Amino acid sequence: MAPRIVILGGGTGGTLTANRLLRRLGPDAVITVVDQDNRHLYQPGLLFVPFGLTRVEDIVRPRRLQLHEGVQFVEAPVDRVEIADQRVHLGDGTVLDYDVLVVASGAILTPEETEGLTGPGWMEKMFTFYTPEGAAALHEALAAFDHGRLVVNVVDMPIKCPVAPLEFCFLADWYFTERGVRDRVDITYVTPLDGAFTRPVASEHLRGMLGDRDIELVTEFNTGKVDGPGGLLVSYDEREVEFDLAVVVPLHSGAAFVGRSEGLGDELDFVPTDERTLQAKAAPNIFVIGDAANVPTSKAGSVTHFEGETVVDNIARHLAGEPLIDGFDGHANCFIETGFHKALLIDFNYDHEPVTGHYPGRVGMPLLKESRLNHLGKLLFESVYWHGLLPGRDIPGISASMPLTGRHERSE
Amino acid sequence: MTTATFAATDVELNDEGFFVHPEQWTEEMASELARREGIDPLTDAHWKVIRFMRAEYEAKGTGPTVRVLGKTSGVSVKELYQLFPKGPAKVAAKIAGIPKPRGCI
Repeated sequence: MAPRIVILGGGTGGTLTANRLLRRLGPDAVITVVDQDNRHLYQPGLLFVPFGLTRVEDIVRPRRLQLHEGVQFVEAPVDRVEIADQRVHLGDGTVLDYDVLVVASGAILTPEETEGLTGPGWMEKMFTFYTPEGAAALHEALAAFDHGRLVVNVVDMPIKCPVAPLEFCFLADWYFTERGVRDRVDITYVTPLDGAFTRPVASEHLRGMLGDRDIELVTEFNTGKVDGPGGLLVSYDEREVEFDLAVVVPLHSGAAFVGRSEGLGDELDFVPTDERTLQAKAAPNIFVIGDAANVPTSKAGSVTHFEGETVVDNIARHLAGEPLIDGFDGHANCFIETGFHKALLIDFNYDHEPVTGHYPGRVGMPLLKESRLNHLGKLLFESVYWHGLLPGRDIPGISASMPLTGRHERSE
Repeated sequence: MTTATFAATDVELNDEGFFVHPEQWTEEMASELARREGIDPLTDAHWKVIRFMRAEYEAKGTGPTVRVLGKTSGVSVKELYQLFPKGPAKVAAKIAGIPKPRGCI
């Protein structure tokens, strides 16, 4: 009998896994993708919505249309997975039996976990651009904002795309400069990390870039409370940052059904996953891709893309009874939009820090350095996403494992 | 990397003051380590967190972050900050002799 493969989540990871599996296994497998809605959001586009550079309706397409013919799509919420029975229970009572399960359900935002954040002032003077509604509402608020204190705050890690809040700061600097009011707006970046970013070399570089743009950096700030009417962020160790407009990246968790599925998730509902094979710790026939996994690399689309090859290869190996490969190296590759039509590119994995040099080889886009070429790369990526990455094609010149030529490695 | 002496035993610490070899740690070292962090004396509440951190590290290979501690240790994040004002996850990890929690990537 053809193996039944159920994929939970029709976002970046679920879609590219389904399309790659279909090509790999052909009619020898029944592939079903489950999602609670039919709206596939190009998440990197959310960053540009508040600045009027794109609109929500331009970055959403039907999920179903991104899946190749031969992949089944079921539109329903997931209630829970019964690991021992190899069954998924959907919210409408339907039961799906599986031989292989792929968890590709991403991360959700939990702003209500932070005291006061969703209280008075939420969506009036405190916003997030991590949801379509929030990004659109923030667009209105920014347009009306011409003086005062803008605070960009990350409540705690992990978050999706850890560079996005920094990009927001850079774009805000550009946006207010273009409007001629930059001297009347104070921009402050408030982070729980001990620097601008998670990795040391890039962190120092980004700290310098914030300084150059007169953006204040507040580090090791663990937001405990947001006081909307008073315009205050209060940390657990009782420091305060005043704001007139707060752009907050709320806490993240894994999908709620992970928490309802006994033995599948951790304390935050992310799925404990082998960081090299991408097999779930819970069972040998469960694989995990994208933000849903607890692997120690960034939660980002590029990471998900690079994971795809290993996940599909290992599902095929599992079905054939062959040993899994340690295929994934933690490779992450991020364009950082820096405003004024420039961007920075960083490239790193489990073992190598983001450093300077060129990508993907000695001749290529500059790493850890602002350039117009990187900005064009970032813009071009949206088209590559819909037409190359989701269909599960290998992107020419971009390999899943991190290229080492062209990098200026530093000795530790 | 530096060598320090706690409870009359030499141990190796990294540049940030975390144990390089968590197996070198013993409970007798904890009160000296705590004093270096400005915590004196160690109460039962501190010990509850320290033992929890050790157990989590031994089970998972990394210490919990503040948020996970707040959800799983039975001590709220607010209380954790009262116990370890300079940052519960980092300071408790130092006193418990385990590496810096790697929650942030």
